Amino acid sequence: MQWFSLDTWMVVLAALVGLSCALLGNFLLLRKMSMMGDAISHAVLPGLAIAYLVSGARSHFSLFLGAVVAGLLTAALVQWLSRRGRVDEGAAMGIVFTSLFAIGLLLIVQAADHVDLDANCVLYGSLELTALDRSLQFSLLGYPIAMPPAMLSLGLVSCLNIAFVSLFFKELRLSSFDPDLAATLGVPVNRIHYALMVLVAITAVAAFEAVGSILVIAMLIVPAAIAHLLTDRLLIMVVLSVCLAILAAVCGHVGAILLPEILGINGASTAGMMAVMLGLFFCLACLFASNRARRLRHSKRQ
Amino acid sequence: MVDVSELISILLLRDYNTRLVVISTILLGVNCGLIGSFLLLRKRALMGDALSHATLPGIGLAFILLTALGGTAKSVLVLVIGAAISGLIATLAIGLIVRHTRIKQDAAMGIVLSVFYGFGVVLLSMIQSLPTGSAAGLESFIYGKTASIVWSDFQLLMLLLLLSLICFFLYFKELCLLCFDEAFASSQGLSLRKLDCLLLVLVTLVTVAGMMSVGLILIIAFLVTPAAAARMWTQRMRSLFIAAAIIGGLSGWLGACLSAALPQLPPGALIVLVATFFFIFSLVFGSEKGLLFRYFRSRVLRMRVGRQHLLRALYEILEADSQLTHEGERLQSRPVPFRLIRGRRTWSDQTLRQLIKKSMHDGLVRKASHLDPVQLTEEGFYQAARITRNHRLWELYLIEHADIAPNRVDQDADRVEHILGLEMVQDLERKLDKKSPFDPVQLPASPHPIHPVN
Repeated sequence: MQWFSLDTWMVVLAALVGLSCALLGNFLLLRKMSMMGDAISHAVLPGLAIAYLVSGARSHFSLFLGAVVAGLLTAALVQWLSRRGRVDEGAAMGIVFTSLFAIGLLLIVQAADHVDLDANCVLYGSLELTALDRSLQFSLLGYPIAMPPAMLSLGLVSCLNIAFVSLFFKELRLSSFDPDLAATLGVPVNRIHYALMVLVAITAVAAFEAVGSILVIAMLIVPAAIAHLLTDRLLIMVVLSVCLAILAAVCGHVGAILLPEILGINGASTAGMMAVMLGLFFCLACLFASNRARRLRHSKRQ
Repeated sequence: MVDVSELISILLLRDYNTRLVVISTILLGVNCGLIGSFLLLRKRALMGDALSHATLPGIGLAFILLTALGGTAKSVLVLVIGAAISGLIATLAIGLIVRHTRIKQDAAMGIVLSVFYGFGVVLLSMIQSLPTGSAAGLESFIYGKTASIVWSDFQLLMLLLLLSLICFFLYFKELCLLCFDEAFASSQGLSLRKLDCLLLVLVTLVTVAGMMSVGLILIIAFLVTPAAAARMWTQRMRSLFIAAAIIGGLSGWLGACLSAALPQLPPGALIVLVATFFFIFSLVFGSEKGLLFRYFRSRVLRMRVGRQHLLRALYEILEADSQLTHEGERLQSRPVPFRLIRGRRTWSDQTLRQLIKKSMHDGLVRKASHLDPVQLTEEGFYQAARITRNHRLWELYLIEHADIAPNRVDQDADRVEHILGLEMVQDLERKLDKKSPFDPVQLPASPHPIHPVN
């Protein structure tokens, strides 16, 4: 097994995605909105397409703006459909994200004549390619440093998410566990909800341009679910989920290097391996959690 | 852009090239509508989402198996079997997670979806680097190949859809029971777990068939949207299924024809948008839960309740007035000043004016000019007496049989009196031993003081 600087950058990028997704994932899980990550990650497509069409270039700012608008629209439509339209929430999500995705596909096909863009490159960025690009160069204390430009956007998003979760931890906790109580105590439940949705959209866009959508969805849901199995305290759950996400990034990449060597072929998708690694962690946690549940039941009986 | 005669020939299945595509999309839509309705009622609408992603590793493994056995041709049948098996394992995994851990349904679906899909991506990336195989054909499983369905694909598709339809009709009754009343179903000796499995097998069959023809995103939409649209039109189980099948079939038919006429646009996306159009139409115009219908129904109810309040207020004012000033005289309709009616309830000037206008239109009250007091017409007086009598009967009933204190009974009666039917009133009369015939000027006395009197 050989480890290059490319590998380090891949792990660092994936770890940043893991950190920012897992943080938000905890609250999605507690609000029973895990599939919202999946929905938003598909539904941002028309936002991206319109942003491309309007700006005519792949500028990062218009991209984020388009994604934020599309993410907000998804969240608002789902909420409106399930409250005012009296549609089951899962069904509302399904209708909204498939429709938006379809609109996005149509727009992209229409735009293909003017802009260099296809559904594949928008939705399925590749971790390997992102880590190869070192166009972000600067010097720090005299040492020249070359970083993938995605580091900048992912770093910013991570900081944003950390700031949001730590500043509004109390409000997030209250409104996730007991929205009615939160509302009576004057917590702006709706605004918190939409802020969370906007952050999910921003994170999803920043991340799947860099690492592909599959890793984003996995990192949003699975680390939080594992942590939920292992602890009853929210703060520990949040910290644990972030640690697990980073661990999965490292183990997943090692697995992606080792597995093809064992099988005698070359190349396995790193992002896919990280998702598989999260799945393995989840299986282990299930075994551990069922033991824990049995012990708890046992000690209660005595 | 679109040639009309060409479009018509596609719509009527006269065009040979598109006939197979249109027929298979219609049947897929019908099937998805039927099975999606079960998913909707079980509150598992996004199951199609999880399942369609989870078939990827099965497709990859089946492909590896095929190449390992020496076959280079992509046998669709083997790939479909692989997809179905991994889909079934995924549903099993979701069931296990929900049953044995504290993870809820939605998160379990998300976990299985992302992990299975990740595994599939790993397999595909490995296949791509194999010397023998290119995974190019596998792409069509993800994005669908609506436009290029050939006869052998069509046969396989029909087989899958037929199988799921047969199972659907054989187990229709049991599945209905499962969706509506789990406790009753299990008390009838049905195994809930087996039925759930059956439903998920059906979903897997349809999903695999759909991925083969229309692709991953569309099959998710097809399992959710027609059922949700049908729900807007009916509350009855049987008509829900019929409506969902029709909407699914229609969106498949129109969508497939549209995409045949506009070949430069992605067919899956067009069909999704046609289905979404049907959903939006149903959401607005649906005859049971549609927005317009609900708005008008609540408006009509509000108006009726408001008018009954107005009539009763007028009657009670007349009654109190006749006791105070016209002792001994026969109760009759006199003009009542607006201010007096306004004080009877907590209604705004605007609402009250609107109610009076509406009642004038219906010939229940009259007034000479804009500022004049309001007077009940003969018809209005009769109705007001009847409404007041219903209210009092209900109050008496509540006091005597439901132990409600007389000073609170007014509000409680207020909520129910508007929906008292004729039979209910007769029943109340019998219970309260008020056999005296209805006389608009001689009602049972109010069991509580009516205030404010002025």
